[in-house]
Amino acid sequence: MLELRDIHASYGQVKVLFGVSLSVAPGEILCLMGRNGAGKSTIMKTIMGQVPAAEGSISLDGKNLHTMPPHLIPKEGVGYIPQGRRLFSELTVAENIEIGLMTRNEGADTREWVLELFPRLRERLSQVAGTLSGGEQQMLATARALCLRPKVLLLDEPTEGLQPSMIELVRQVVVKMKSEGYAIILVEQRVDAVLSIADRVTFIENGKDRETVAASELQSDPTKLTKYLGV
Amino acid sequence: MLASLEGAVISAILVLTAMGLSIVFGVMRVVNVAHGEFFMLGAVLAWVVTTTLGGHPVFGFVAALIVVPVLVGCIAAGADRLILKRVNYDPDRTIVATIGMLYIIQQATLMTYGPEARPVEAPFNTRLSLPWFEFGDEGFQMIWPWGLSITSYKLFVIFAAIAVLIALWIVLTRTKIGLIMRATQQDSDTAQAFGVPVGKVYSWVFGLGAGLAALGAVLVVPIQQAHYLMGGDPLLLAFIVVIIGGLGSLPGTVIAALLIGMSDGIISVFFSPTLAKIIATFLVAMVLVFRPQGLLGRAPS
Ligand SMILES: Nc1ncnc2c1ncn2[C@@H]1O[C@H](COP(=O)(O)OP(=O)(O)OP(=O)(O)O)[C@@H](O)[C@H]1O
Ligand SMILES: [Mg+2]
Repeated sequence: MLELRDIHASYGQVKVLFGVSLSVAPGEILCLMGRNGAGKSTIMKTIMGQVPAAEGSISLDGKNLHTMPPHLIPKEGVGYIPQGRRLFSELTVAENIEIGLMTRNEGADTREWVLELFPRLRERLSQVAGTLSGGEQQMLATARALCLRPKVLLLDEPTEGLQPSMIELVRQVVVKMKSEGYAIILVEQRVDAVLSIADRVTFIENGKDRETVAASELQSDPTKLTKYLGV
Repeated sequence: MLASLEGAVISAILVLTAMGLSIVFGVMRVVNVAHGEFFMLGAVLAWVVTTTLGGHPVFGFVAALIVVPVLVGCIAAGADRLILKRVNYDPDRTIVATIGMLYIIQQATLMTYGPEARPVEAPFNTRLSLPWFEFGDEGFQMIWPWGLSITSYKLFVIFAAIAVLIALWIVLTRTKIGLIMRATQQDSDTAQAFGVPVGKVYSWVFGLGAGLAALGAVLVVPIQQAHYLMGGDPLLLAFIVVIIGGLGSLPGTVIAALLIGMSDGIISVFFSPTLAKIIATFLVAMVLVFRPQGLLGRAPS
């Protein structure tokens, strides 16, 4: 169980998060929604320790993450798929996967498992990551995070710029990870995609969590979507 | 022929020094103005090691070759922890910080080692004549002209540099350490999100860069004496090489070091060292005008 309590964070002098609390349990998909610039990506960066939490606490299964050196956080089992993929673009597909495997000393079996999930990557192991298509890059970013065999998966807008069939693939993988017991935090703009897979939705506004509702509730009563997203 | 061998020796030293500068810039985005001082420190420490050990020159030299780069690397890694980490690797502030390091190292050396230039004896230094091929009266023949010779030590320098480059290339492309360095170079935040201890990698890289300069210096002291002000020239030349080759591009650095070293050697022999410097500086200006990212550098996307 990953839990954020009253997180405040800033970039230098600019404060961005003003007390964010949320939690996600194993086998659950929590979706973060909010307007551009609301602070969704910043929440994920704070979990990863890239942006330090000035106040509040972050814990994974009772262990504090916010006091750890950032490079140890992924070793606790937090797999991160950043917005815009952030691949090591001059490294090959195989090397990107290797970096993921090294994080938690995973071996050949994990590599096999990940390549089973994304057969397209197996055909392109020696290709330089920067030359992959957008969809393939997203697969690789996802594969790299799954190489950790994480307890928690953070996905920041995984469907950005993808065609419908690729979005469907991402959706299937997310659902599959959920069924394998991963705790998943997903940032997603597309309402239909969210409602079909999320368990709960937390609305973020101006660096604060405003409200958390069950996805089923939103489906029957979309007024909150209008309220927080203006759609 | 002789000139090009002299050029090759210059290139060999230069390529090690410039490689150190280039790796540090590539991975850490730090312009290390103190790089030349690590070179100087390498030369001075080589003198210290060889004189304290005494004994046969080969013994002292081999010891210096091993000990000195490691020692200088550790000093640099310590400086990284103590200074560069504190300024958060901010590009502007690291320049100022490394300028500070330059003077600290230089003055500390002046106070302890003194202003004298001191020689280190070469471990072996036989003169080798080189054959020359010529079409004479009896057709193709090999002659051994007077004046066409090089010392065995200079040949050793060339091969040592090649060996170090190959080793470096293998480490960077074939090992986990190299993979971690390349990942950090491309995206340090994301590398950290995959468990890479970026702070430690930076210290190691800074140490490696300084160690390469020190290695170049240990190789050069039997040819050129150790002096506390000797860091200026290598720094300037290394910058020239790195700019021409493309900041952070290792193959570019090798090619540019060859270009600059060879032209320096050849022009110095036939004309004057000053002309060689003028041409090198002119080349930099041309590269900056027509190909700002360097010969093999990538344009920022
Ligand atoms: N590196 C940074 N330095 C300074 N300010 C930043 C930085 N990154 C983000 N911000 C600011 O923090 C705020 C929140 O940004 P964040 O990326 O978390 O938004 P987001 O909710 O993910 O938006 P989007 O939907 O567009 O991805 C924005 O106002 C942004 O300008
Ligand atoms: Mg975002």
